[in-house]
Amino acid sequence: MINMNRRTLMGATAGLAAVPSLSARAQAANTIKIGVLNDQSGPYRDIGGPNGVIMAQIAAQEFGNGRGFNVEVVGADHQNRPDVGANIARQWYDQGVDMILDVPTSSVGLAVNSVAREKNKVYINVGAATADLTGPQCSPNTAHWVYDTYMLAKSTGGAMVRAGGDSWFFVTADYAFGHALERDASAFVRANGGRVAGSVRYPFPATTDFSSYLLQAQASRAKVIGFANAGADTVNSIKQAAEFGITRRGTKLAALLMFIADVHALGLETAQGLVMTESYYWDLNDHMRALARRVQPRLNNRAMPNMLTAGNYSATLHYLKAIADMGVAASKVSGVEVMNRMKAMPVEDEAFGRGSIRADGRMMIPSYLFEVKTPAESRAPWDYLKLLQTTSADEAWRPLSEGGCPFIRT
Amino acid sequence: MDDIFGIPAPLLFGQVLLGLINGAFYALLSLGLAVIFGMLNVINFAHGAQFMMGAFAAWMLLSMGSNDTARLGLALLLLPTFVLLLEWGLSHVRLSVSVRRTIVIGLSALWLCTILLPLVPYLDVVMARSMDASGGGVLQWLFADGGPFARMLGVIFPNGLGYWWSLLLAPLLVGTTGILAERLLISPLYRLDHLYGLLLTFGVGLIIEGIFRNQYGSSGLPYRIPPELQGAWDLGFMYMPVYRGWVVVVAVVMCLATWLVIEKTKIGSYLRAATENPALVQAFGINVPRMMTLTYGAGVALAAFAGVLAAPIYSVNPQMGSNLIIIVFAVVVIGGMGSILGSVVTGFGLGIIEGLTKVFYPEASSTVIFVVMAIVLLARPAGLFGRA
Repeated sequence: MINMNRRTLMGATAGLAAVPSLSARAQAANTIKIGVLNDQSGPYRDIGGPNGVIMAQIAAQEFGNGRGFNVEVVGADHQNRPDVGANIARQWYDQGVDMILDVPTSSVGLAVNSVAREKNKVYINVGAATADLTGPQCSPNTAHWVYDTYMLAKSTGGAMVRAGGDSWFFVTADYAFGHALERDASAFVRANGGRVAGSVRYPFPATTDFSSYLLQAQASRAKVIGFANAGADTVNSIKQAAEFGITRRGTKLAALLMFIADVHALGLETAQGLVMTESYYWDLNDHMRALARRVQPRLNNRAMPNMLTAGNYSATLHYLKAIADMGVAASKVSGVEVMNRMKAMPVEDEAFGRGSIRADGRMMIPSYLFEVKTPAESRAPWDYLKLLQTTSADEAWRPLSEGGCPFIRT
Repeated sequence: MDDIFGIPAPLLFGQVLLGLINGAFYALLSLGLAVIFGMLNVINFAHGAQFMMGAFAAWMLLSMGSNDTARLGLALLLLPTFVLLLEWGLSHVRLSVSVRRTIVIGLSALWLCTILLPLVPYLDVVMARSMDASGGGVLQWLFADGGPFARMLGVIFPNGLGYWWSLLLAPLLVGTTGILAERLLISPLYRLDHLYGLLLTFGVGLIIEGIFRNQYGSSGLPYRIPPELQGAWDLGFMYMPVYRGWVVVVAVVMCLATWLVIEKTKIGSYLRAATENPALVQAFGINVPRMMTLTYGAGVALAAFAGVLAAPIYSVNPQMGSNLIIIVFAVVVIGGMGSILGSVVTGFGLGIIEGLTKVFYPEASSTVIFVVMAIVLLARPAGLFGRA
């Protein structure tokens, strides 16, 4: 099973390396090329990475090549560095890639955003968290697909405050994403009548021991410790909080951004009882289950699709629908026009059900608040979450008027 | 509550204690580096990867019954042990060197093939087809499910081996990979400049890390604290997990033991003599190359030992070594390259300094060690305990 994935991945990289020959150039006019740009080798590899590329390929295959044009999916590693990401994006757009997809790590996501606008191409961000992509830095070429810091803060933060956690201490990764998440979560805590007791910003990515920050949080006597970090950092923070008996004295933990891969890495014994927000969970309803069952055998390490990889699937599908609708030739003229067509069409697929893209590029789908199951409640592998609350698409996201998006005239 | 410099005293005590715990890891890792550099004059940049391998070996030993990728990894890790045992066994038989070498290379290549061939793209399909054609048999036995060795492990240990076995076996397994690496890769570089050893081990470290990331992903694998060491003591000013206390005790014992072996035993005196004048020591009939090999193996085993200790605290992931190794190198440099006492004392000391920085100015906690390094190198270029 693993080998099959490796083969598809090799196909993807081989496609990337292929030098465009004359015949290929003739064909290019009738080919839509999608570039999946994400972390293939660092801390965020498991939440997107090669599986993100595979999910885009699956969407392209299921959409079918018999619609009068071909679809090609390529992948690359941005190493979590904005300069590397922007360079690959520029190169790709110049060499005929029509749409760039995924781009986790907020700093890289924002860098690619300006390249897409400059080249007037299509950019669908799935992996980055910062809500600035549809706020001050919004662009008519960009859509932001499955989640952002505002939605996470509202769902997880709001729920914790309502449950009585009215004083917070933040443990924050010291870079763009951590700052944005802390900012948005603090706003919700205060808006719900809570108080922020303090925060500590730790060096990213060089930190593996969080016990010192956890003790500081405990000393502040805040009722909730909010982790404004992601990936391996979140896993380590929670693991060490359990070790130091932080929760034993009634302090609650709020992992503001957590993926199902993180729960898998922690194990239910440690993760049980945590609340987290996602817009996709494989076992939430029939259509999400159907997608997960179909694609899981094709993913690396037999991972379940998560919010990000499912987002790559959904975004690819919707983009291709818009291309089929307006024709390949027309789509190559202007990225803004393609994006406008995507905004005019309703989004519908197995991953997220029905949704729509708002004028500022925000994809409007419900967000779900989950609690991690206890080991006793979990009946099967990857059976990790139970639904606590659903926030409707109208409620989940920052209102258009508050985003401060420059190109929206209100 | 008393305040010290505006920080509540209990918080400060807690941070000093935590600093000591982190210092224990720095000390253990820099100890291995100091031993290797002191004896071999090789700057072992693969140390972080070997630390990570130790943690992974613990995880593989624990889950070899239930996880086929763990079995596979373990079968690979066992290969160097197999090679060394075979070599040793054959050395008792009257055979010419070339025949012996051929046997060892042939058998280990077969071992490697049973593990790796089924992973090669396209080849797996061809093999599956030929297995169907021949109706299984030898091919099936050799190549299915990670080869006979991996399969055997799963059958013998359905529940895996726990933390205490890992503490013993993981350093041995990883240590033997170190021995093999020293024989095949590092020993040819002794006559050259330090820089070549550094570059080689740096590259090897990157390759190891990449392979593990490819196979096991980046988000880490769960490894729990053994039941005997779970729980915590309430010290009043903080909650002290039993396991962290254990880490400090073991680290101190290990450092002391290493120091004793090198400074107070006969083998230690040979080692120290060999670093001063290898030709003379060899003239006394002591096998210096073998001693160098074993020293490298021991240094690597120390790193793996620290890795097993770290597995229950940090998540077992491929980057866990590269995060630590830079700091550990700074520790070795500050302590004085090759000085065992220096690396142990600075390991603990810098752990405490770092811990205090996390309270007073957390943003600088990853840089403070390098500031200290710059100051020390300006005042004492050979390090605190080094001989100029």
